Amino acid sequence: MSAGPVPRSRMRARDMLGSGLLGLRGRALRAALSAIGIAIGLAAAVAVLGISASSRAGLLSQLGAEGNLLTVTAGQGFDGTPAPLPLTAQPMIARIPPVESATAIGYVSGATVRRTAAVPAIDTGGISVLAAQPGLLTTLGGSVAHGTFLNAANVNYPAVVLGAVAAQSLGIDRVSPGTQVYLAGRYFAVIGILRPVPLGPEIDEAALVGFPAADALLGLGGHPTEIYLRAAPDQVQAVAIVLPFTANPAEPEGVQVSRPSAILVARAAARTAFTGLFLALGAVAILIGGVGIANIMMISVVERRAEIGLRRALGARRWHVGAQFLTESLLLSLFGGVAGVLFGAAATVGYALAGHESAVVPGAAVAAGIGVAVGAGALAGVYPAVRAARLAPAEALRSS
Amino acid sequence: MTAVLELAAVSRTYPGSSPVTALVCVDLQIHAAERTVVLGPSGSGKTTLLHVLGTLERPSQGSVRISGQEVSALPDAELSGIRAHRLGFVFQAFHLIDHLDAVQNVALGLLYQGGRRQHDARARRAAAVEALDRVGLGSRLSHRPGQLSGGECQRVAIARAVVGRPDVVLADEPTGNLDSAAGAEIITLLAGLAADGTAVVVVTHDPAVAAAMDRRVQMRDGRVIADDGGTR
Repeated sequence: MSAGPVPRSRMRARDMLGSGLLGLRGRALRAALSAIGIAIGLAAAVAVLGISASSRAGLLSQLGAEGNLLTVTAGQGFDGTPAPLPLTAQPMIARIPPVESATAIGYVSGATVRRTAAVPAIDTGGISVLAAQPGLLTTLGGSVAHGTFLNAANVNYPAVVLGAVAAQSLGIDRVSPGTQVYLAGRYFAVIGILRPVPLGPEIDEAALVGFPAADALLGLGGHPTEIYLRAAPDQVQAVAIVLPFTANPAEPEGVQVSRPSAILVARAAARTAFTGLFLALGAVAILIGGVGIANIMMISVVERRAEIGLRRALGARRWHVGAQFLTESLLLSLFGGVAGVLFGAAATVGYALAGHESAVVPGAAVAAGIGVAVGAGALAGVYPAVRAARLAPAEALRSS
Repeated sequence: MTAVLELAAVSRTYPGSSPVTALVCVDLQIHAAERTVVLGPSGSGKTTLLHVLGTLERPSQGSVRISGQEVSALPDAELSGIRAHRLGFVFQAFHLIDHLDAVQNVALGLLYQGGRRQHDARARRAAAVEALDRVGLGSRLSHRPGQLSGGECQRVAIARAVVGRPDVVLADEPTGNLDSAAGAEIITLLAGLAADGTAVVVVTHDPAVAAAMDRRVQMRDGRVIADDGGTR
C-alpha cells in the first residue's frame, strides 16, 4: 500500500493542449460554426489591409517608388491650347545634374485624328495630336500594349502610336501592317498602341508622332509644350525650384511645375480612408465571434457537467478543469483566426491577380489579427472556464 | 493495521432554507483488500457517504483520514492528488466520454497523476491497454462508448478506475443501468479487485452485489444502522 505524502495532481501543458483538441474534435461541427465569426472578421480585416497594401505597392511602382516625376509646362495660350516652351527647354533641363531623364512632348494645335477621311472632321473623338520623343515611356513609366513605340528609325515618317483611350475611341485594338488613321489631312500608319499611363492621363487620349515628322508634316516648329522629367528622389524639391529658370529663362514666371505623383498619393489616401471603416467592421465581427465563442463555451460547461465531475473525480484540480475550457476557447479562436487569415490572404491574392498588381499580405496585419483573435478567445473563455472550475465535483456528478 | 479510509464522527449537512442532513455522525473504517457493500434505501445518505469517502465532498463535521492522513481540511491541489493516486471511481452512468475510444477513456485515469512515467502519453496508452486487457476488453480497444454494450462500458469504467493502481475503488450503483447478466460480470470484476490488495466499496440497492461482498454496512436516514464488519 502506498503511504507517505501524496504527490499533488499535475498536468503537463502538452496534455492540456491534447485534451483541448480532443474536446473540440468531439464537437467538430459546433467548433467550426462557432469559429466562423472570428474567421469572417479576421478575413475582412486581412483582406482590407492586404488589398490596400497591394494597391499601394502597385502605386509605388507606378511612381517609381519615390514620386520623383515632375512636369513642366508654359501654361496656356488665350485659346486654351498649351503655350510653347523654348526649343532649348528639354536639353537644358536634362543637363541639371539631379535630373535622371527628361522628355518633351509638343501639342500640335488644330490637328484631328479620324479613322478615315470619310469620317466628318467634327468627330475628333477628343483625341489630341502630340509630338513625342522615344524616351517618353521610360520617363513616364508607360508600356506598349501592341506594336512598337517611336524610335530613331520611325520618328521621321508618318507613323503614329495611339494612347489607350485614343485607340479605343478609334476602334483599333491591334496593330497590323495596313492599319492607318487619317491625321491632319493625311494617312499615318499605326505602329503601336499603349497601355494606360497612370502618371500621364493626357497621353492616353493622344496620338503620338515623332518630333521630326510633326515638324515636317504638321508644322509644329519643334517647340515642346510640356516636359516630363525624373529627378533624384532626394533632390526633387531643389530641382523644382530651378526648373522655371532653366525651362524658359526669358519668362520663368509663365512656367508651371507640377508633380503628378502628388495627385496619385492623395487619391491613394482617399482610398485608405475606407480601410479604417472596414477594419472597424472586421473588429465588430471579431467581437461578435468572441461573444459567439463565449456563448458556446457556456453551453458546453452546462452540457458537460458530468464530464467536469468525472475529471475532478479522476484527480483534476479546479484550475485543470478551468484551463481545459480556456484551452478549448483559445484553440477555437486560433483556428478561426488562421482560417480568417487564409481567406483574407486568398481574397487579397485574387484581387491583386484581377488588377494585375502584385499581392502583398502584410505580415504585421496577419500577426496582429491572429493575436486579436486569440485575445478574443481568451476573453471569451475566461468566464466559462471560471464557471467550470467552480463547479463542485459531487454536484457535477449528480447531474448526469 | 492502518485503515486506508477512515471516517470518524462525520456529519454532512446541506445548508439552505430547510437544511438537509445527509450523514449523521458516521464512523467507518475501510481496510486494504476489504470488500464492503453499503446498502440502504434511496435518500439514506449512501451516495453522500461515497462522495465524502472519495474527497469529492467535505464533511460538515468530523474527520476523514486516508491512509492515516487527515484530509478534510486539505487544499484542492492535494485533495485532487489523493483522488488521482489513491482513489478510483465507478459510476452508475459510467461517465465515459463519448467521442473518445476505450483506450483514451481509460488513459484519462492517469492524466492527472504527477509521476513522470504517467506523464508520457504513450506510457498512459500502454497502461490503458493493459487495464482493458484485465477487464476482458482487449479486443475492443478502439471502440467508442456508443459502440459498446452497457456491460462493456462499465468494464471500461472499471479499467479507468484501476489503471492508476488506487488503494480503494469506490463504486456508486455500478449495476444500476445493467441487466442481471451484465451486472453479474461487473460484480465479479469488482470483487476480484481485492485480490491484489485494493479495497472495494460498493454503494447499491442490488442484493446480488451484497452477496458477493465480505462486509455489509446498512444505512438509514444518514446513519449507519448495521455493520457486520465482514464477519459473516
